[in-house]
Amino acid sequence: MHAAGFSSHLKNALIATALAAIVVLPIFTLHLERAGTRTIIVPEWSTLLWGCLAVFVVQLLRPLLAPRLPRFALPRLPQAAPGQRKVLIFVALMLAASWPFFAGRNAVDIATLAMIYVMLGLGLNIVVGFAGLLDLGFVGFYAVGAYTYALLFHWAGWSFWEALPLAGAAAALFGFVLGFPVLRLRGDYLAIVTLGFGEIIRLLLVNLTDWTGGPDGISSIPKPTVLGLEMTRNPSAEGGTTFHQFFGLEFNSLHMVIALYLMALLLAVITLFISNRLIRMPIGRAWEALREDEIACRSLGLNPMRIKLSAFTLGAMFAGFGGAFFAARQGIVNPESFTFIESALILAIVVLGGMGSQLGVIIAAILLTVLPEVAREFSEYRMLIFGLVMILMMIWRPQGLLPMKRHHVEVPA
Amino acid sequence: MSAPLLEVKDLCMRFGGLLAVDHVGFDVRPQEVFAIIGPNGAGKTTVFNCISGFYRPSSGQIALQGQAIAGYTSHQVARHGVVRTFQNVRLFKGMTVLENLLVAQHHQSRAPLLAGLFNTASYRRSEAEKIERALQWLDVMDLRDFVNREAGNLAYGHQRRLEIARCMITQPRLLMLDEPAAGLNPQEKKDLQQLIDQLRRDYRVTVLLIEHDMGLVMGVSERILVMEHGKPIAMGAPDAIRNDERVIKAYLGEA
Repeated sequence: MHAAGFSSHLKNALIATALAAIVVLPIFTLHLERAGTRTIIVPEWSTLLWGCLAVFVVQLLRPLLAPRLPRFALPRLPQAAPGQRKVLIFVALMLAASWPFFAGRNAVDIATLAMIYVMLGLGLNIVVGFAGLLDLGFVGFYAVGAYTYALLFHWAGWSFWEALPLAGAAAALFGFVLGFPVLRLRGDYLAIVTLGFGEIIRLLLVNLTDWTGGPDGISSIPKPTVLGLEMTRNPSAEGGTTFHQFFGLEFNSLHMVIALYLMALLLAVITLFISNRLIRMPIGRAWEALREDEIACRSLGLNPMRIKLSAFTLGAMFAGFGGAFFAARQGIVNPESFTFIESALILAIVVLGGMGSQLGVIIAAILLTVLPEVAREFSEYRMLIFGLVMILMMIWRPQGLLPMKRHHVEVPA
Repeated sequence: MSAPLLEVKDLCMRFGGLLAVDHVGFDVRPQEVFAIIGPNGAGKTTVFNCISGFYRPSSGQIALQGQAIAGYTSHQVARHGVVRTFQNVRLFKGMTVLENLLVAQHHQSRAPLLAGLFNTASYRRSEAEKIERALQWLDVMDLRDFVNREAGNLAYGHQRRLEIARCMITQPRLLMLDEPAAGLNPQEKKDLQQLIDQLRRDYRVTVLLIEHDMGLVMGVSERILVMEHGKPIAMGAPDAIRNDERVIKAYLGEA
């Protein structure tokens, strides 16, 4: 029995080695080099050999070592009593709102980005986590939101706060219109079509040069005002008052950074509040029921199309809010910011956090934005590390960092 | 004699070259228990799927209290008060027993989205009413003890009862049961028969039933339609069906 086990391990290791060789060969082994006017291929066999040897040894020893490795289960969060929970949430909010006043500009800036991703992650979580619809084109709605603000500013001079509701509405409308034809598809097909829609929106933005500025995008988009006051050194209009003048402060560009962070935090908290309510409401239950069994839903009179559309539309709306805020923060939008890789990142946030788990999604969003910034020296290896993390997650924690704990409606039995 | 609740006329369902349902017609009277029986593959479930809107019939008419419903989608049919169970129970397995019953009441309150978001008093009241109704049905079905359990973890017999409760809570006019006794033990079958009688008596629901268990069919139904190879071969009261030669032949084969 032991011998049979060993031979199957050996077989696995050999297969893994062969696959590794196929993958590594074109990327790391065959180098293109310039020799005068010609380009020649210089094979470098030693990297291939060492790589394959490493894979072989690891794969061969893995089954032997696996039982001896310490099992690391991530700690489950202790269930807090409802009273405690409120206090915990309050403390967390206070911390999140007050720390930028003591932190550096860079850290606050990154945190703002993290909050945008929290918003996007929570939005996509409604679609993927709650309703179980795999959407690979989420970035399209993000782009719609960003461009709604950019265009309204550029062509009509709207301010951020005027444009924000419309950005959400425009993205929701796009979600509704795109969702209508595609939501009769399911699973993989839906994923592919949404992927296509994401790309179509980006290509439209690139090619509608007259409107959107094409690949250059739209620039010098103003930052949001605070209490109706501009956060600039000098008022943009004659006779206007800026924030620092009004409050009699020395002008400090850090104020803007902090204000942006606080707004992002506010939007993220609102998103969390709404998605947290939604999942407890009849519509949230319908999403879950639909994810579990569509046929049973239909037999009870629930219109699957409407329920899916509501998830798709609401998710898109949050992406729209996030997009408008993103445009305001960057001051410039161009189609480059809305490539597929961005959709993949948002989806990774949802999957990594644990589909449907809101706290998980928040933690994952923060991790995936902060870690790459912290590890700037390794930026060349960013995608490599990203891939490695995903593989490790699939092995050890396929259900995500903090798997969804369903909120149950409970009654005393 | 009151007007029929459900009228099916010349119903045909063709899958490619196969005529799965071949000119089937029958009518179900209010508060009647009507059973469809027949050997495996006779087309009983296909008739069910046509009535409940999961299939669009190739031809024929289906009318609910005079209103044509053939070609309606399944959720439209359900909204008209025709709900069904499935041969292999289809519960929302990851949700609790209570939540299964809450989902079924999706359309019974028109609580606007914003009322829910802000958790208004009227929204809370409507939720409380739904829970109250769910608890009443759990009492009727003897499932009260399992209210907070995950539906997928219930015993099979309890799952079947929950599925019926989930249908009943939508206040249907016609309850369609697709082999409700499959997989039940003799005691549970007896309970099921009592339950069907009780639902009809107390809630005035009409029942359309597919069943293989002859004891149950003969005991509970007023009229029976027998199908074979997609065709109706006999219809009548249990006693007449029991002694019908064609029916005996269909079940036992030629002597």
